[in-house]
Amino acid sequence: MSAATIAGANTAPSQQPLADTSAPPDADGIDTSPPVSDEIKQTTCYMCACRCGIDVHLVDGQVRYIQGNRNHPVNRGVLCGKGAAGIMQHQSPARLRKPLLRVGERGAGDFREIEWDEALAIATERLARVRASDPKRLAFFTGRDQSQSLTGWWAQQFGTPNFAAHGGFCSVNMAAAGLYTIGGSFWEFGEPDWDHAKYFVLFGVAEDHDSNPIKIGLGKLKARGAKVVSVNPCRTGYSAIADEWIGIRPGTDGLFLLAIVHELLKAGKIDLDYLVRTTNAHCLVIEEPGAADDGLFLRNDDGRALAWDVKAERAVDALAAEVTPALTGRFTVDGRNCVPVFQLIAERYLDDAYAPAAVAEQCGVPASTIERIAAELAHVAFEEAIELPVAWTDWAGRRHETMRGRPIAIHAMRGISAHSNGFQTCRALHLLQVLLGTVDVPGGFRFKPPFPKPIPPTNKPAGKDGGAPNTPLSCAPLGYVTDPEDLLVDETGKPVRIDKAYSWEAPLAIHGLMHMVIANAWRGDPYPIDVLFLYMANMAWNSSMNTGGTMAMLTDKDESGAYRIPFIIYSDAYYSETVAYADLVLPDTTYLERHDCISLLDRPIGDADGPADAIRHPVVAPDRDVRPFQSVLLDLGARLKLPGMVKADGSAKYHDYADYIVNHERSPGLGPLAGWRGGDDNRTGRGAPDLEQLQRYIDNGGFWRHALAPEQRYYKMANRSYLELATEMGFLAKAGPIIFQLYSEPLQRFRLAARGHGDVLPPEAERARLETHFDPLPFWYAPLEETMIDGNAFDLHAITQRPMHMYHSWGSQNAWLRQITSQNRLFIHRATAERLGLADDDWAWVESPHGKVKGQVRLVDGVNAQTVWTWNAIGKRRGAWMLGENAPEAEKGFLLNHAICELLPTDANGRRYSNSDPVTGQAAWFDLRVRVRKCAVSEVEGTEPQFPTLKPPPGVATPPRVLDFGARFRRRREARP
Amino acid sequence: MTSLPARTEKQLGLVIDLDTCVGCQACVTSCKEWNTGGHMAPLTDIRPYEDGADGVWFNRVHTYEQETKGASRTVHFPRSCLHCAEPACVTVCPTGASYKRASDGIVLVNEDTCIGCKLCSWACPYGAREYDTDVGVMKKCTLCVDRIYNQNLDEADRVPACVAACPTGARHFGDLGDPQSPVSRLVAERGGVDLMPEMGYRPTNKYLPPRERKACGVSDAPALEPAAGGLLGWVDRMLSR
Amino acid sequence: MHPALSVIFFTTATGAGYGLLALLGISAALGLVPPERWLGLVALGLALTLITGGLLSSTLHLGHPERAWRAFSQWRSSWLSREGVAAVLTYVPAGIFGIGWLVTGRVDGLVAVAALAAAAGALITLFTTGMIYASLKPVAQWHSRFTVPGYLIFAVMTGAVLLHAVLHLFGNDARGLGMFAAATIILGWAWKAATWRHNDALKPPSSANSATGLKDGTIRSIEWPHTEENFVLKEMGYRIARKHAAKLRRLVHLLAFAVPLAAVALALVAPRWLAVLSACLAVAAQAPGIVTERWLFFAEAKHAVTLYYGR
Repeated sequence: MSAATIAGANTAPSQQPLADTSAPPDADGIDTSPPVSDEIKQTTCYMCACRCGIDVHLVDGQVRYIQGNRNHPVNRGVLCGKGAAGIMQHQSPARLRKPLLRVGERGAGDFREIEWDEALAIATERLARVRASDPKRLAFFTGRDQSQSLTGWWAQQFGTPNFAAHGGFCSVNMAAAGLYTIGGSFWEFGEPDWDHAKYFVLFGVAEDHDSNPIKIGLGKLKARGAKVVSVNPCRTGYSAIADEWIGIRPGTDGLFLLAIVHELLKAGKIDLDYLVRTTNAHCLVIEEPGAADDGLFLRNDDGRALAWDVKAERAVDALAAEVTPALTGRFTVDGRNCVPVFQLIAERYLDDAYAPAAVAEQCGVPASTIERIAAELAHVAFEEAIELPVAWTDWAGRRHETMRGRPIAIHAMRGISAHSNGFQTCRALHLLQVLLGTVDVPGGFRFKPPFPKPIPPTNKPAGKDGGAPNTPLSCAPLGYVTDPEDLLVDETGKPVRIDKAYSWEAPLAIHGLMHMVIANAWRGDPYPIDVLFLYMANMAWNSSMNTGGTMAMLTDKDESGAYRIPFIIYSDAYYSETVAYADLVLPDTTYLERHDCISLLDRPIGDADGPADAIRHPVVAPDRDVRPFQSVLLDLGARLKLPGMVKADGSAKYHDYADYIVNHERSPGLGPLAGWRGGDDNRTGRGAPDLEQLQRYIDNGGFWRHALAPEQRYYKMANRSYLELATEMGFLAKAGPIIFQLYSEPLQRFRLAARGHGDVLPPEAERARLETHFDPLPFWYAPLEETMIDGNAFDLHAITQRPMHMYHSWGSQNAWLRQITSQNRLFIHRATAERLGLADDDWAWVESPHGKVKGQVRLVDGVNAQTVWTWNAIGKRRGAWMLGENAPEAEKGFLLNHAICELLPTDANGRRYSNSDPVTGQAAWFDLRVRVRKCAVSEVEGTEPQFPTLKPPPGVATPPRVLDFGARFRRRREARP
Repeated sequence: MTSLPARTEKQLGLVIDLDTCVGCQACVTSCKEWNTGGHMAPLTDIRPYEDGADGVWFNRVHTYEQETKGASRTVHFPRSCLHCAEPACVTVCPTGASYKRASDGIVLVNEDTCIGCKLCSWACPYGAREYDTDVGVMKKCTLCVDRIYNQNLDEADRVPACVAACPTGARHFGDLGDPQSPVSRLVAERGGVDLMPEMGYRPTNKYLPPRERKACGVSDAPALEPAAGGLLGWVDRMLSR
Repeated sequence: MHPALSVIFFTTATGAGYGLLALLGISAALGLVPPERWLGLVALGLALTLITGGLLSSTLHLGHPERAWRAFSQWRSSWLSREGVAAVLTYVPAGIFGIGWLVTGRVDGLVAVAALAAAAGALITLFTTGMIYASLKPVAQWHSRFTVPGYLIFAVMTGAVLLHAVLHLFGNDARGLGMFAAATIILGWAWKAATWRHNDALKPPSSANSATGLKDGTIRSIEWPHTEENFVLKEMGYRIARKHAAKLRRLVHLLAFAVPLAAVALALVAPRWLAVLSACLAVAAQAPGIVTERWLFFAEAKHAVTLYYGR
């Protein structure tokens, strides 16, 4: 444990305090040393999912100032625009004040305030009935939830497989492709080597996740003069400071990547050594079309994949340390025809279909640019390789005197993820990284412990039988399938889960399909539910595709006059659009009023040089009758007598979330927090619960970090010392090497099922779709919707991103952030606008095959000419968030979601699939195609569609007309004697 | 007081690196957050939850596109008080409320003597001053005069809030009157510029222009040549070494 | 610049008031007007009412009017302070002048000296007012050689037209002043026309390039730091459509200059009843005309800060 290794980020000589900070004599007599705070409490920010350390200055128990924690591994003292506006989040007039029970029609916003006992009794009664009859009739879905290890465990103990968080509409393609290929992904899984990279390529909209670490890193790259390339249809934020911006057409990143792969292969600019040591490039694949094991690895009797040893001239264990494998050629082993993976790679990507000239037009990137980028990557990787003077030992015990690296770092995020071809595109990206030998090497992409994980991780999704009354699931609802047998489908192939995750429609849906829950539940497809339990997910607005339709589904009734979705419980801290659609509202606290744990069991915050976790603890007490959702969930669990949540005598096991954080053990010695376990000897990783644990976190600034030894910091997939540590800490079950799966056998297993092989077979109608998309090697295909609509009629792409100062936060009711952005514009390329007769500030319709929205345009140069884009979720429903009736958010701000359908058009078989990636179920937000049309003069200004104004909930005071927060601190200061 | 000091001991100011600024607004809200409870507290917000929301801010970030011959770039541009050496906002003030400190060159407003005539805001071409309609006085960037010397803060925190918060490290602080100071050297190295020098206000703050978008050492990467003998031949050769 | 009514009223009212005071002071001291008490009371009363009303109106836009006295302190550097000092000091000779005239019914000796001093004070005050605007470098339309003379000319012009009407109303001979008024109107008209021509051709010294330090190419504002108008835009970002401005300029030509000139000329030759009416018409037309002129003075002035907003 060493906080000392974390230095503040802004520590250049030109960012230091003055050499002499004593106040100079000046005649003005002002107080240059006013007292700042009575007390500083260190906790964790929750203005987004970046989870930075913050120092909260308190005066008279009021939050005076929030600054970055200089010792914190995530933000190292800096703080983003959201974090520094946290006071206003905490002070928001839209905070809910008391539990609410619906009294009018759903969606009208008619509530009465009730006591917590009544609220919990209502929920318990309803949920107990569900659990006793058919637990899967509870659909429990959480949004920007940072407590998924708790919420998932709760769902497991309840016995419903219908649990997921917002990953399905966020970036599951990225996560799944990474976890099925290299054992980790971007953001919380890994990061660029900011200190050594010489060439950095950033794909897709990425200004959101890992906010401060990326910004700190970009600052470092700039300071070192590294080249920054951004591949992104929009030239905002990070792309603006890139040395080269490549304004690619949305959805074609896979083509661009594979064209680079084509160039590198053609020129022999790949790291063969690295391929053989860290990947399955040399593994032999059975090549016998029609055979039940065609395309699977040739394995020995122990089930170990084989490679052809050119010296021994026979097939040997591919993982044997001293193997000289063939990468090319075709071999016959024991009568089986087989071929090394690399031969397949070479054959596929050397094909002219992937030549830069062949893809240039599709991508909207000149062939010469693709060729040049490939040449630059090759040059940096192979002519500017670096070596750190650190000796290390690999998994096989071979000692290496230095750590060699190819200093190319690649980072990507939702921009390539939120397409229906995103999974294979992300796989293509990892293929490129691995061919260049830049994964977890100096200067490359680096894993953040506890990653890398086995590929894929070993836990399977639970609930294949759909759950049984009053019975927990055998394990957590979400996991990793590797075989059709792992799918959650019944014997007819019908999905078990309400969101159809792990069904033939989305077999690798490791984060679920939250975007389909309401639509499926409304249709009763695959079955109706009884309770929809949502937390922090604004499904009646910006978190749903087809927002208007979703609102209608939430209020729709059957023939008997009952709601099709019978009961909705919602927990949120604020009066979001979704509150009005709940039958029971459980008000949450703000992030400064609660305990939380940012756990290694969940979405960790460590960096590449050390695992870390953190806590939130209440720095101020709530002034309202609200409770932290996690404590409420544990209370509900106890009332429902869920296993693990009650003692033998039936009383609650945990009196609140803090109690759970300290005392819960997932397996013996492993709990939510890894630091200061096991009593006096302060064990890290594994150890008995320690009652002092939270206090020790608080004493350490709210976080724990274990700094890796220098020899553990790279090659984590094959580094003995690291692997042993990871095993000891419980990150890995065994210290074996992690072999990158360029060729994915699990995908091939689904393909074989589509060909009729195996015990679990897809329905006939699903087979072609599986055959196409479950290619074991990355490939590019056009986004699904694009192939099903008239591309000439809908000639533009439309994408969205959140502004950096609002990402993942509820910015629109933040008094400060909304002054920066309270209206979003439709950004359109100058030339495109000219063609459409549009000028700045004109109102225009954005029309998709599904729907249309109206907004004001802004002409720019920095966007792909076939693309329009806007800031997302600025548009708000009138009356929501306690904003004034005429707030620009409702008057002019528009939500592109209205134009996005949750379903694809009807296919040749008469089916409508979800508008998602066919592999992972990732919501394909960025596949949207539109046309833009100038509004007629007769059309009134203002955004459309509009919905009835939401009424303010009872008990919530009218927001102030003048906000002079801060004056109180001055008064107090000046009242000092 | 509104007569300018003949010279100031120091000339404290900011240096803003336009090559590194990503427009994240961190400097904007951290400034607001510190200062709304700081020396000029409060930075009042009028109609904060309605249409026409309008608050006092000391720092604002613009976004521009710069189109030059055949090329275009996006530039994020933070704008705040430049603490000019010859600030007309000071000399026009009829009451002496607006003044420049002789010690460190910081331009401040004395709220007790400001009559709220707004003439100083007219005199400033940079839009640095924002009037607080609720309090009836003019407010502006104090260069965090209540942080940089504040003996109640950790020494490391004695920099302006915006400099501390900036996640990309695009903001720098120091004595621009001393040519040997780290900020002055940075300005010299990077060709820092004055804004609107033609106004003759001699701003202290400097802006580092975006660097040439050169390929940073890899522009001369040679074009790739096909591997001799094709990829597979090359691989075989490589592996049989 | 935002055309704030309080400032427009202030500059036009004090302009006319000081113009009137200056003309009264000089002409009374030189014996060009009869020292009739009623005339003194009405004319001086009108001048001082306009001045005082204007000055009071100027305090309306202050955040702290109760601290206005502090504005007298910075006369060494601030034209606004100098204006305040000059305005207040002018009350002293103006008071002596007025009281002397009313009490003694004569304007001679000390009263004449006070009259001349009041006139000088009025002109100095007008000069300082002009300098407040002329000294503002960020507003190129103001920071010009046209501004200060403009303030002086329009003040004397409006003062003359007022005094002309007062003389007519009291049945005094106003031929000399009529000719003077006509001359000031012609001068004012020419000056305004020249000012507009100058402003229309003006190349402000600053550009979006110099404002941002981005030296080359075209700079376009893509996003503001705030989606709604802030203080800077409300105060200094006022924009007027070219067509609207042209219409208002025509109105100024007509009301501030053409009609008063014709009316004053008519008064020179017309029978008495018509001359009185005509002299009053000149005032009635010029008042809204000069207010419109002043409105345009602000509305058409472009502050350099607007460059940051792509305006």
